[in-house]
Amino acid sequence: MSELNELTPGQLAWLRFRRHKLAMVAGGVLIIFYLFAIFCEFISPYTPDQRNARAINAPPMDIRFFDADGQFHPRPFVYGWELNINEDTWMREYQEDTSTRYDIQFFSRGEPYEFWGLIPTERHLFTVDSESEGYIHWFGTDSLGRDMFSRVLYGARVSLSIGILGVGLTLFLGVLLGGFAGYLGGVFDNVVQRITEVLQSIPTLPLWMALSAALPAAWSPLATYFGITIILSLFGWTTLARQVRGRFLAMREEDFVVAARLVGANDRRIIFRHMLPSFVSHIITTATLAVPAMILGETALSFLGIGLRAPVVSWGVLLQQAQNYQVIVMTPWLLLPGAFIVITVIAFNLLGDGLRDAADPYSSLSKT
Amino acid sequence: MKKYILRRVLGMVPTLAVISVLVFIVIQLPEGDIVTSTVGQLEATGVDMSDDRIESLRAQYYLDQPLPIQYLYWIGNFITGDMGFSYLYAQPVNELVWERLGYTLLISIGALLFTWLLALPIGIYSAVRQYSTADYAFTTVGLIGLATPNFLIALILMYLGYNWFGLSFGGLFSPEYINAPWSWARFTDLLAHLWIPVIVIGTSGMAITMRLMRANLLDELEKPYVTTARAKGVPPLKLLLKYPVRIAINPFISTIGLLLPTLISGEAIVAVVLNLPTTGPLLIQSLITQDMYLAGSLIMLLSVLTVIGMLLSDLLLAWVDPRIRYERT
Repeated sequence: MSELNELTPGQLAWLRFRRHKLAMVAGGVLIIFYLFAIFCEFISPYTPDQRNARAINAPPMDIRFFDADGQFHPRPFVYGWELNINEDTWMREYQEDTSTRYDIQFFSRGEPYEFWGLIPTERHLFTVDSESEGYIHWFGTDSLGRDMFSRVLYGARVSLSIGILGVGLTLFLGVLLGGFAGYLGGVFDNVVQRITEVLQSIPTLPLWMALSAALPAAWSPLATYFGITIILSLFGWTTLARQVRGRFLAMREEDFVVAARLVGANDRRIIFRHMLPSFVSHIITTATLAVPAMILGETALSFLGIGLRAPVVSWGVLLQQAQNYQVIVMTPWLLLPGAFIVITVIAFNLLGDGLRDAADPYSSLSKT
Repeated sequence: MKKYILRRVLGMVPTLAVISVLVFIVIQLPEGDIVTSTVGQLEATGVDMSDDRIESLRAQYYLDQPLPIQYLYWIGNFITGDMGFSYLYAQPVNELVWERLGYTLLISIGALLFTWLLALPIGIYSAVRQYSTADYAFTTVGLIGLATPNFLIALILMYLGYNWFGLSFGGLFSPEYINAPWSWARFTDLLAHLWIPVIVIGTSGMAITMRLMRANLLDELEKPYVTTARAKGVPPLKLLLKYPVRIAINPFISTIGLLLPTLISGEAIVAVVLNLPTTGPLLIQSLITQDMYLAGSLIMLLSVLTVIGMLLSDLLLAWVDPRIRYERT
């Protein structure tokens, strides 16, 4: 116990957080996902719009170490597809062609691209030998023969960043409005309270839908992206504002705030120097728990076709292909982006739970 | 109590007024208006529109008036029950929305009941058997339900239904009953289709309800009166259900109001996937085609529904918990 007394609050929080095994795992998963998103051009073997005419609606491939004869190969490989047209149904049916083995090569040359739009290069994390006309589609392909794995990675960049950006905006609005409402009280508080009530009693999705349908179709993808982010945050700040306001109201009467006021600190100093730090951890937690709502919102809008639109690739846009049920029955792997959404949202929830416990200075460490 | 009801009902009016202004602004946002799009369509089919006709069309929809006046006409008509005309369907909005709104309400309430019937008992069980395997299992399932977008659940259900049972989901009626008059057979057919959207929408609220019930009950179980009752030999089940559960359930009445917007939002998107004849697909259609009378009326109606739901939950809470209605009088 004695050595605990010498730790800073930050170290204590980290200790508490580390006890939360699930939250640690979730944090790890999210770090990996965000790395995927940041380096998606490099990690994906293809560019998102590159088509492979020989693998249209092809199912996911197995990455193998053992060939059909049971022989071990140190270098992983995939088998190419053999296309058959079913005479009865006229459907494409793919079968593994064990005579065409495509070895996976690392840091190899593939489709040229510009890394972060800046550095032209053609190196990819992994590809298969393109001279032998090989291809690798780990997650299968869509109806245009585009590689789903690459598209999921590129989609991660849009979907994951919209969550962070939207929450940033929400935080700004929520802390600003909630903070002033709680600190100033009176008329301003009343107005903010009423606005919050009104916004919370409108079903959000229909309103989001109306607003994003109002975004001009002529806007560039980037402008639409920011438009959607703003729409999502415009209605998300209310919960946070309420919580911040409640905190401020309670804290306004605390001894240390009264003391600061008596010493002659002005409002700005009291708010930013004395009050804000004491619940910054709470804000971080709330923000973490708010990210999934943003991601789900973007996904829902894009899925309906009124959010982000092709050629932008986001997880919602990808799922739009799987909207009807013949498609799902024929090509269920088009639902894979959905799995990423689910994992991301769960991870954010677990991380938020862990952060909440870690941020609570009163939760004891001595139990273990 | 009467005074309280009256005050709450009157309190709805400004809220609805602000919402209506908001909705009006939103439906004004897209460039152009109904006349420009109609004229565009007509001219595309070869009809030549004279300026006079365009002007008279404008006047017919008060589009020549300044915006505040347009708003007053719109909301005035809305209150008197005239919701304007839908261009997309060439029908008065009135004829379009009511049946669909009914189905929306039916599915939303069904989802709410489903959530409660399943989540409350699970929450109670998880609290009583805290940290048991089942507690963790339920928490996990709830979390997955929370994290999966509604439409994805619908898609997966459709896929599994087809793969395992060869069933095709979708719609609220079998083809032969879609336009049939109401009968017993049609009603049972409706019930046979209704459970899918109800489950799909219900799962999203499940995790929150479960966690809340568990936390509330855990707080309550620690209290001395429970120990006292147990020491005096009250049978465990009777003790549990008669005192702590009753107190722990109280807050849920107040969350109806918060759940309703979520449910209606969820319904809107699931309806698109499952092809339900509710307000959701209509709203999307109207937004995409800029059929603004229809879109505005739909959003307004859904908001009214939510506000009424919140009012009901407040009244219910005041009825159950007398402290609330005396607090502010």
